[in-house]
Amino acid sequence: MNKTALNTNASRPNSFKTGPDERGHFGLFGGRFVAETLMPLILEVEKAYNAAKADPSFQQELDYYMEHYAGRPSPLYFAKRLTEHLNGAKIYFKRDELNHTGSHKINNCMGQILLARRMGKKRIIAETGAGQHGVATATVAALFDLPCTVYMGAVDIERQKPNVFRMKLLGATVVPVKSGSHTLKDAMNEALRDWVTNVEDTFYIIGTAAGPHPYPAMVRDFQSVIGKELRGQMMKAESRLPDSLVACIGGGSNAIGLFYEFLDEPTVKMYGVEAGGHGIETGKHAASLNGGRPGVLHGNRTYLLQDADGQILEGDSISAGLDYPGIGPEHSYLFDTKRVNYVSATDNEALAAFQLCCKMEGIIPALEPAHALAYVTKLAPTLPKDHLMVMNLCGRGDKDIFNVAEKLGVTL
Amino acid sequence: MSVNNRLDARFAELRAANQAGFISFTVAGDPDYETSLKLLQALPAAGVDVIELGMPFTDPMADGAAIQAADLRALAGGMTLVKTLQMVREFRALNTTTPIVLMGYYNPIYSYGAEKFARDAAQAGVDGLIIVDLPPEEDEEFRPAAQKAGMYVIRLTTPTTNEKRLPAVLSNSGGFLYYVSITGITGAATASEQQVQNAIARLKQHSKLPVAVGFGIKDAAGAQTVARHADAVVVGSAIVQTVERNLNCRHELVTNVCTYVQTLSTAVHDARKKAAA
Repeated sequence: MNKTALNTNASRPNSFKTGPDERGHFGLFGGRFVAETLMPLILEVEKAYNAAKADPSFQQELDYYMEHYAGRPSPLYFAKRLTEHLNGAKIYFKRDELNHTGSHKINNCMGQILLARRMGKKRIIAETGAGQHGVATATVAALFDLPCTVYMGAVDIERQKPNVFRMKLLGATVVPVKSGSHTLKDAMNEALRDWVTNVEDTFYIIGTAAGPHPYPAMVRDFQSVIGKELRGQMMKAESRLPDSLVACIGGGSNAIGLFYEFLDEPTVKMYGVEAGGHGIETGKHAASLNGGRPGVLHGNRTYLLQDADGQILEGDSISAGLDYPGIGPEHSYLFDTKRVNYVSATDNEALAAFQLCCKMEGIIPALEPAHALAYVTKLAPTLPKDHLMVMNLCGRGDKDIFNVAEKLGVTL
Repeated sequence: MSVNNRLDARFAELRAANQAGFISFTVAGDPDYETSLKLLQALPAAGVDVIELGMPFTDPMADGAAIQAADLRALAGGMTLVKTLQMVREFRALNTTTPIVLMGYYNPIYSYGAEKFARDAAQAGVDGLIIVDLPPEEDEEFRPAAQKAGMYVIRLTTPTTNEKRLPAVLSNSGGFLYYVSITGITGAATASEQQVQNAIARLKQHSKLPVAVGFGIKDAAGAQTVARHADAVVVGSAIVQTVERNLNCRHELVTNVCTYVQTLSTAVHDARKKAAA
């Protein structure tokens, strides 16, 4: 690594991988901003997680289920037709949509439920927006025979019916959240309320790399299998590291999972693509970094969509999975230190990329990675043909076809 | 620490009278600024010893449905943190003795500017602050400024706050200790008398501060039971629900809510006399 080059910028640390500190801070961000009712619970999770991390049998058990149940490693696929079409950078997809349950969410859920079992917890709760995390949680809860309650905003239940039915098939109880704005942030509020009420027996599987410490670090660790696999796969395919990584950002778990392995590789450029909704300039978006400012919500300090009084605003995105007014605190840190470039794609750009991917590669992507792909279609043509670009195709789009049909004016 | 804090004076009076204190919780701006201010001004005459005033927030995670709905009503009516401080100033112009404790969440304060808020709140006449999601581990950026301005930082303790954690919670807290009598959110289940009695005894071993008990106290009878043991009793959700029931008759809202509050405060004030009789 070229340390001299890094040191020319005073704000850049020697390593981007040292966080969080022992109290959960990534620079200004992260931490444990929770009510006293929750504090003993998250301290208990932290202690248990630290013990699990130090226990090789925990990682062995996780590796076993990741390989034989979830289907890892996910392939690294050279998107040949798309590359030819865009006529620039060489584009690879990290195929996390091929995981069991259809997204990267299983990586984290498997890790957390194994931790819950180690802790002797008897009941699982989760929040979900698009339903991908809810489905993944319901799946692992079924696998280990633990009762599972998933909180989901009433509005999201309406726009993600197939996933609601999946969760029910898997034996989970889906609770419609009708407080606040009836979406993901309110589902998270309700899950936290459940947790403080059922402190003894319940484990809360948070779906993204946000929330109070240790969740952002723990979720990142479980998701970082994505980048670790990619390093080996890319060395095998091209005998060198990728030049750029692109991932969509809601809470940011798939992105941090892709980026983390490469944060201290200065030649690897990174792009996090936020949901631009109707356009950042319209105010109707879910781009916390590009359209928000630092604040405190759901246990951590991070960039938030908020009004002048510090009241939390609703996100607005075609993708329920990106529709969250906050973002994982590590992304806020990587944004402020400029290690990662955070950009955005609008609803319409994502819809166009969604269709392009179907036709060019025979892959129906989820609307979330369609945002990442939208940025790929802008960036790749500007780059030389030997530039290696990897996009995390973090979810499949089966859940989105009804929504997309409606946007395209098609009646099913 | 302030030597002239109204909370100290009020708890000294209560101790001298061998009475438990009654703390009411209402949300600033619920259902609108004018009605909320009138209610605030009427509470002391209804027997309220300490006013706990909620600073509305869109995402009050530690609160139940009743208080979240009240927060959203206030916000829908245009309430802001600036207006909450204005309401305290207007209250103080007519009442210089009833302590006011602001309760809320950190983001609006952080957005306002933590140190500026500490100065402005103290200047407006606030005596104590409960910031639910600002635990001792994170409060260094705000607590010293609040204390310097003469306000107490009041911390929540819960049934799950164990012996190891209690010293951290108690250090730098002042005014009174707020004991959350249940594991859960405001307005939920109710703790047994024995549980409350044991918890207060435990806290008293660690701290000389008065202990106020809240969360899950739903009626006069429940308040009276807790008042036999606690230095003060907090009722929130039940009062806020009374506000909600009177939304369609706002001209009578203040009177109706105060009639209810009077039954609670009387029950609390009479608790020890009744227990002795």
